[in-house]
Amino acid sequence: MLCQHCNHNEATTHVKTNINGKVTEYMLCADCAKEMGYGNLFSDFHTDFNSLLGSFFSSALPARTGATRCPVCHSSYNDIAETGKVGCAQCYETFFDELMPTIRRVHGNTEHTGKRPKIFDSPKEIKEEKVQQSENKADKLKAELDEAIKTQNFERAAEIRDELKTLEG
Amino acid sequence: MSEVAVSTRIRLARNLKQYPFVSRLSKEDRKKVVEEVREALSHSDIRLNFIDMATLTKVQKLSLAERHIISPEFVEAGEGSALLVSDDNTVAVMLNEEDHIRLQVIKEGLALKEAYETASFLDDVLSEHLELAFTERLGYLTQCPTNLGTAMRASVMLHLPALEESGALNRISTNLSKLGLIMRGLYGEGSKSYGAFAQLSNQVSLGISEQAAIENLDNVTKQLISQEIRARDKILSDIAVEDKISRSLGILKSAYVIDHSEAMRLLSNVRLGAAAKKLSTLSTESIDKLIADVQPASILLKYGEQLSPRERDIKRAELLRERLN
Repeated sequence: MLCQHCNHNEATTHVKTNINGKVTEYMLCADCAKEMGYGNLFSDFHTDFNSLLGSFFSSALPARTGATRCPVCHSSYNDIAETGKVGCAQCYETFFDELMPTIRRVHGNTEHTGKRPKIFDSPKEIKEEKVQQSENKADKLKAELDEAIKTQNFERAAEIRDELKTLEG
Repeated sequence: MSEVAVSTRIRLARNLKQYPFVSRLSKEDRKKVVEEVREALSHSDIRLNFIDMATLTKVQKLSLAERHIISPEFVEAGEGSALLVSDDNTVAVMLNEEDHIRLQVIKEGLALKEAYETASFLDDVLSEHLELAFTERLGYLTQCPTNLGTAMRASVMLHLPALEESGALNRISTNLSKLGLIMRGLYGEGSKSYGAFAQLSNQVSLGISEQAAIENLDNVTKQLISQEIRARDKILSDIAVEDKISRSLGILKSAYVIDHSEAMRLLSNVRLGAAAKKLSTLSTESIDKLIADVQPASILLKYGEQLSPRERDIKRAELLRERLN
């Protein structure tokens, strides 16, 4: 489509104005858009990718309580889902379960292969650390399961039971 | 081969473990990140110049983006962001872009392995002096989960006029995603393709090693290049194509007003002619240099930041006449 202002260049900028309820729309080329005070030189450059990813996150997930916050940067999972940006390195640990479906969907994979910083070249210790982590997690879940049964929150109890099953493989 | 593959780029994203990611980073911490990375990289033998992004004008930043030294997103960067760049612009490190560190190496032609070696060397220097955010499971941690794992984006800038002309480019571009690759316009995400230039890069970074990703991209690129060369052989014997190349050069040599998209389209045609040695005086390298110089911000930088779009188009034509005659 040609620019509606100069009728010469390819239109790249869509301008929509709403003045007292009267909506007008124009398609402009980059030069005219700039001249008329809309956009910038590189109108091509900016895509609203973050908000796109944000919606990607939210739809990938069952709504969680949003009560937990990352102990380091204080982001909640909702903060991450809204912006599409993870708060800090610790967030990947804190919201591991919540982030996993998105990560799997984006990469089709959830295990890193490739380069690692040299200080990580002691795989034995790390494996132990991993096992340790999953054991801690299982204990935590079992406690939660007891609590859920006590409060007769059976829906949550079923969820936890499923999580435990996956964890124990 | 460099007639089709214009340039190669490797970009690695890294973050420092003890700081929040960039969008949650305070002013003070931004400064600390900049200083720590600057200090760490001073231990490498690659000399890098330090540029505080707050000291650059918008046009200067746009011009850096046009030359692919910084990302289009980094044009918005100001206080608390910085650029470390080598004299020849082949190594550039953006600090506090989307991640704390975005390290890129650019080489001419198709040179993925060489570019990766340099990038990996600098990455080693970083990890020797800084604690990087990394876990065994997810690899290098990045602000956006799309970059997890190797956090590497490898890309090749290709000039594919014959495949575009034959209409094959769209079909190829759709099939690439099956191979874990993605094709974009000249300026990356969301940009449109000017003058048959396209950027081919790996899409996935988690679960595939750097070597495997590079090999995959290298293989597909080589196949595309040979397809492009075959398609060129076919169309170049057509007098209509020769006519188009020659007329394009004619306009570039004699126009008094020329806008960006017209200049790009014509230069792309002329580049095709230069690659086929049909234009004895012109090389593809000289055309590539011209392409960088006729971009909007680069014109403004050279002739004055206050030029109106019209004046800019006049200056662009002047520059083209000067350089091509």
